[in-house]
Amino acid sequence: MTPERRAPAQAPLIGPGHTLGTVTDRIAAVVLTAPTPRAWWVGFAVGFALLLVLLDAVAYLLLRGVGIWGVNIPVGWGFAIINFVWWIGIGHAGTLISAILLLLRQAWRQSINRFAEAMTLFAVACAGLYPVLHLGRPWLAYWLFPYPNTMGLWPNFRSPLIWDVFAVSTYATVSVLFWFVGLIPDLATLRDRSPSRIGRAVYGILAMGWRGSVRHWERYETASLLLAGLATPLVVSVHTVVSLDFAISIVPGWHTTIFPPYFVAGAIYGGFAMVLTLAIPLRRIYGLEDFVTMRHLDYMGRVLLATGLIVAYGYTMEAFVAWYSGSPFEAHMMLDRFGGRYAPLYWSLLLCNVVIPQALWFQRTRASVPALFAIAMSINVGMWLERFIIVVTSLHEDFLPSAWGMYYPTVWDWATFFGTIGLFTTLFLLFIRFLPMISIFEMRTLLPEAEVKEELA
Amino acid sequence: MTSAAAPIDLTALRARLAGRGGRALWRSLDELAESPAFLELLHEELPQHAAALARSVDRRQFLKLMAASLGLAGLAACARPPEDKIVPYVKQPEELVLGEPLFYATAVPLGGFAVGVLAESHEGRPTKLEGNPTHPASLGAIDPPTQATLLGLYDPERSQTITSAGKIQTWSGFLAAVRAALDAQRPRGGAGLHVLTETVTSPTLHAQLRALLAEFPQATWHQWEPAGRDAARAGALRAFGAPVETRYDLARADVVLALDADLFATGPSRLRYAREIAGRRRPGPGMSRLYAVESMPTTTGAVADHRLALAAADVEGFTRTVAAELGLAVAAAPAVAVAPHHAWVRALVDDLRAHRGACAVVPGEHQPPAVHALAHAINDALGNGGRTVIHTDAVEAAPTDQAASLRALVAAMRAGAVEVLLILGGNPVYAAPADLDFAGALGKVALRVHLSLHQDETSELCHWHLNAAHVLEAWSDARAHDGTVTILQPLIAPLYGGRSAHEVLAALTGPERPGHDVVREHWQGVHSGGGDFEAFWRRALNDGVVPDTALAPRTVALRPGWDVPTPAAPAAGLELVFRPDPYLIDGRFANNGWLQELPRPITKLTWDNAALLAPATAERLGVANGDVVEVAVGGRSAHAPVWVVPGHALDSVTVHLGYGRRRGGALATGVGFDAYALRTADAPSIARGAALRPTGRRHAFACTQDHQSMEGRALVRAATLAEWRAHPDFAHAFEETPPRDRTLYPPHAYEGYAWGMAIDLGACIGCNACALACQAENNVAVVGKEEVARGHEMHWLRVDRYFAGDLDAPAILHQPVPCMQCENAPCEVVCPVNATNHDGEGLNVMVYNRCVGTRYCSNNCPYKVRRFNFYLYSDWTTETLKMARNPDVTVRSRGVMEKCTYCVQRINRARIHAEEAGRRIADGELVTACQQACPTEAIVFGDVNDPTSRVARLKADPRNYALLGELNTRPRTTYLAAVRNPNPALAAEQRS
Amino acid sequence: MRRPPIHGLLAEFDDVNDLVRAVRTARAAGFRRLDAYTPFPVEELSHAMGVRPSRLPLLVLLGGVGGGLAGYLLQWWTAVVAYPINVGGRPLHSWPAFVVPTFETTVLGAAIAAVLGMLALNGLPMPYHPVFNVPRFALSSRDRFFLCIEATDPLFDREGTRRFLERLVPRHVSEVEH
Repeated sequence: MTPERRAPAQAPLIGPGHTLGTVTDRIAAVVLTAPTPRAWWVGFAVGFALLLVLLDAVAYLLLRGVGIWGVNIPVGWGFAIINFVWWIGIGHAGTLISAILLLLRQAWRQSINRFAEAMTLFAVACAGLYPVLHLGRPWLAYWLFPYPNTMGLWPNFRSPLIWDVFAVSTYATVSVLFWFVGLIPDLATLRDRSPSRIGRAVYGILAMGWRGSVRHWERYETASLLLAGLATPLVVSVHTVVSLDFAISIVPGWHTTIFPPYFVAGAIYGGFAMVLTLAIPLRRIYGLEDFVTMRHLDYMGRVLLATGLIVAYGYTMEAFVAWYSGSPFEAHMMLDRFGGRYAPLYWSLLLCNVVIPQALWFQRTRASVPALFAIAMSINVGMWLERFIIVVTSLHEDFLPSAWGMYYPTVWDWATFFGTIGLFTTLFLLFIRFLPMISIFEMRTLLPEAEVKEELA
Repeated sequence: MTSAAAPIDLTALRARLAGRGGRALWRSLDELAESPAFLELLHEELPQHAAALARSVDRRQFLKLMAASLGLAGLAACARPPEDKIVPYVKQPEELVLGEPLFYATAVPLGGFAVGVLAESHEGRPTKLEGNPTHPASLGAIDPPTQATLLGLYDPERSQTITSAGKIQTWSGFLAAVRAALDAQRPRGGAGLHVLTETVTSPTLHAQLRALLAEFPQATWHQWEPAGRDAARAGALRAFGAPVETRYDLARADVVLALDADLFATGPSRLRYAREIAGRRRPGPGMSRLYAVESMPTTTGAVADHRLALAAADVEGFTRTVAAELGLAVAAAPAVAVAPHHAWVRALVDDLRAHRGACAVVPGEHQPPAVHALAHAINDALGNGGRTVIHTDAVEAAPTDQAASLRALVAAMRAGAVEVLLILGGNPVYAAPADLDFAGALGKVALRVHLSLHQDETSELCHWHLNAAHVLEAWSDARAHDGTVTILQPLIAPLYGGRSAHEVLAALTGPERPGHDVVREHWQGVHSGGGDFEAFWRRALNDGVVPDTALAPRTVALRPGWDVPTPAAPAAGLELVFRPDPYLIDGRFANNGWLQELPRPITKLTWDNAALLAPATAERLGVANGDVVEVAVGGRSAHAPVWVVPGHALDSVTVHLGYGRRRGGALATGVGFDAYALRTADAPSIARGAALRPTGRRHAFACTQDHQSMEGRALVRAATLAEWRAHPDFAHAFEETPPRDRTLYPPHAYEGYAWGMAIDLGACIGCNACALACQAENNVAVVGKEEVARGHEMHWLRVDRYFAGDLDAPAILHQPVPCMQCENAPCEVVCPVNATNHDGEGLNVMVYNRCVGTRYCSNNCPYKVRRFNFYLYSDWTTETLKMARNPDVTVRSRGVMEKCTYCVQRINRARIHAEEAGRRIADGELVTACQQACPTEAIVFGDVNDPTSRVARLKADPRNYALLGELNTRPRTTYLAAVRNPNPALAAEQRS
Repeated sequence: MRRPPIHGLLAEFDDVNDLVRAVRTARAAGFRRLDAYTPFPVEELSHAMGVRPSRLPLLVLLGGVGGGLAGYLLQWWTAVVAYPINVGGRPLHSWPAFVVPTFETTVLGAAIAAVLGMLALNGLPMPYHPVFNVPRFALSSRDRFFLCIEATDPLFDREGTRRFLERLVPRHVSEVEH
């Protein structure tokens, strides 16, 4: 019987009838021999078109200034920061899957960690654009780095934005390293199997002469474990720092101690939703149901449910503290979210992030691919709304009512947002076209024939 | 923010307000309406984007205008480029030290009456106008329009050549033409020669005109001023039989009654009155009491202890009632809306009686002559004459009933009796009463000459347009409200070779003579009495006042039959009140970006006028903010957007003049609607029987404080005199400021100077003089209507306006908000590049060229006083505008944050001078621009480390409190809570 | 010593267990200069070949400590020594604020040490290695397991060792050219 009809939790992590050879060939073929599916071309066309929109939006931005966006006084931050937080949050799931689940020896991660990590990289790339673009003078962004200069000036290390610079750049670097290290053995596989001379050359150079020697593997495994050990606190710290961008300020709705845990949970929440959003079409288009099984989807559903509840707790505490603090400013901030001019967005956020995902309590939901996909999409939207609510509603009515104002995104805000989605899609599709989207050597270890018999062990 | 579509349900609002107890504070109407309208805005989001795309195109267009926000760059090309070679003076002009500004005393006449100013000149460029302390009408203060005349000098759209029939012509060409025409007139004694001027107080100009009339005995001289003072003049004639000038010494008045009088914004003595009233507003025994009866809320009503909203047309009835109560024999008051306010009137009358000889009743200039006469009678009956009320001979050179004068001119023109018409200044085609059809009559004149600063509506219809010299480019003289003469000296050679009225008149009949000679010779003649003229002349120029030219007080007697009631007009329908715009006045400043963008005192509107009416009236008519209505009166009509003003009189609509210009500059044209189209000669200020009809169209306003409410937060703190006596520290009832020592970190010590500011909310009248002074001093850019609407305005100092209490009769509170210069500045900590940080004297400094523009500082500023250059707002291309800038202040570029610096450039100049002299900066030696302009001395700046300094003493006052002190920002700018002095007899009426 | 004519002998196995067995036997037989190649990490092999635990963790520790110190010193020096200014009334040495970047630089230093250390110890990148001269070796990255006894081993004998390997019933034995 096929895994689909078995209770997902007991199904094996890899479809029946696979050997070292078939696993290797199946995954490598996607890159080396199999024809590129039409869906890929369609997706790439769309993604690339949006990427061009991004270039247009950015060009106009540099030409005219940040005034083309909806930001104003009092709402000095708008889509740029909202999208920054959204993207960086998405990135976190990748690191989590590859690092934390590795430490926890969760074997099921092995079929999804590769493209999850890729997702991380590209999400961080998209996120990284925003803090630069939203500057009044983007061409001076390098002033945020501590480098010796003739002006004799140095950045202000008390500012959370500088913490951001360090956290995000560290995160990006470590993610790249982690991802590349993970690729080396598979690059060797591609090197050895590539039909074209160019393929052999390129993959050969990237594989750096990997030959799977026992000594290599020994150090390789140590390095992976150490990196995982480092990436785990890192991923937690990064979103903590992002949350401090808000929590360190004195703005009602930002200045909250709950932010770090609540942001981290939110990041994992949104990240896993995005992993599902990508995994479901991928396994279908490339027929990888044997490697990304229902059991994987089921597990991801459970993670969503758990992190979703933490996020819901965060929302509750925000409201509670606003009331409990007795501060008129906090209280107004919350009442404004409930019944103010942005209230519809707040209630949609609760619907998307808290109400709808409760369906994941039921096995049948987790066993239904369309349902999972729908919920994942709802969470993607919900997490974006959450960031909108946090950034905009806190600023637009703060301390002095005389300075209150509204924020309306302009067409250029939207263009930039969809533009980065295009950037992400383009990069991701290029990745699955030229690199193995599933870690081949780790899949091998899941096979029975990879077991070393007891009496030898 | 444009207001939302859904009309506001005012009944609901009242219900809600009734619910709130005590000093319930609420947002301006749209927000008070709470959400239904605003939720809609939310759904408008997507259309909004569509609009934004479309707009981004006009915005590009618009930005050109705004790059011209102070004018269009293209036009400047025709200007003779200012010579600014980067070489030191070969021959150093005497007194001039490069980098050191020089100050010259001169004056800026408005409606003929002068306000003395000190013009700051940098290397020959006037860059700022400040009040002249020795001038009686200024006392060192200055109002927005007077300050903004500086920008008018550099307006790139000023007329730059003489034109005839649209073609550029020469001066000699003009002289040939006009002299020929005059020669033709000579035989007939100039019967066909007419001269039209604005109000003339200038002795020299008057002498020249007399000379002209002597040469052409049959010629006629007409005077007309759109926002003139006919009523006051007529009132004086009725009361005393002579056009005496009346002014009030409010410093000596214990009780003041303003009868629809906008004391602080209109009239020749506006600045002086503000100073005098404010002088008696400090809590204590000497505190005076101000009653205001007015239709449209004004700054006067805002500071009044008792304000009564009354239709402008009912003010006469009210005054009669008061007069009758005081036992004067006056015609019976028509049964007007006064009746319900009987208690009010009674208390007022008792108060007046109790202060015989120490009170003043001041009628509004636009009130009919009868009201002025009544006021004179009441003051007379109360024995105020010679004490608080001072009469002098007329200040105007030739007092005339200007409406009649203009009527006569139009009649003559229509009769074809006018062959040569010289219009020296003014813009009658635009501003003349609609029923006269001035333009039509003008067509019948054979030779029409117009002298003006802009190619305006009138120039268009004249044969000859002469580009006038700006007041800062020409020699002249003018009188102040008390007759004091100031010799106007030019600060710069005419940029475009413009000529003054003196030069034009001189050249008409005699040889061409420079204005300097004309004025000087006139005074030589006057001075021929004796003494050293040169010394007299230099002294007069230096001081900005000609000694002993103030008119002596004279005693006048009420003449019988003074009381002629204004004929009762059809009471049906609404009343329509015409008022000069607070800043554009009669429209002469319409092309002035500074004034267009300065929020109007009560409405906080920019770049617009509106049909202003009361909430209840709007409710009855079913209109809301932004609804375009057709205003019809006497068969005329105009389309105007509605703006609802809490506290406005019922069934009364106020419209401001000066908008809807058709010609005269890119900023002037297409802004607002032309209220002159509704104004007739018979009803120049109050028209009855008006009707409003909604058109269904909407108008987007740019209001800087539409979204504003105190939300029950203790932002502006106020109490009555009684409360203050009981608890002098009432301002701290709300206090939650944490103690200084409650911190992980050691506090910073500030030795030496520690700059600080104290703002007296009891004194502030919300006139915005400080805001404009700040703009002029600090090169603050004008951004234009659309950017203001998007929350991109750049003013470093804003004056917040809060309404409190009853929707129909709210208390109106003002609060100027500059940067608080917090010691624990939240903005500094979050700046990643150290672009904003603290200096050793406690200034929160902003380093523009280090700023990368994260805007985090603004987000983290609880006072939201930081301003961001979302686009390249400063005009970097228009040459003349470069000349207008203060060279001591950086012109900000795109993408950087900016904010109030406590005028750090002034601090440094003072420091340099002090260090040269080897002393400390003395208290009062150093004033910020806002403090300097403030007519009420509400703003005090100085060294808080010096216990003897004024600011330190004010900060020791128990009224002193920190805005949002509970945030522990430790602001260096603090406020003195307001204290009002309501009549105990009216305690019941008191809110709070 | 004289450079041997070949690099060594390469035995190919189908099953990981055969390889483990083979390695054990070879070690028992006294061979020391040998290496095994597998398509995935096999812990037992490391034990069987007596691979010493790597020194990588030490490198990572050093990297981390170095990164952390550098990070904190940079902040202290810039804020207190190089550019001492009053920011929002906070003291120059606002150590609580400096903790965050310090943490990040620590992780960065450690991570870079881990990756570079692993590559360095593995001698990567290595453009040339003799085993690749055996065409079938390509399968080592798919599903075959290889044991290579190198010629530099004192017990190595071109014929004897080949026979020794044949006895381990490999799928194939081939000579590895230099």
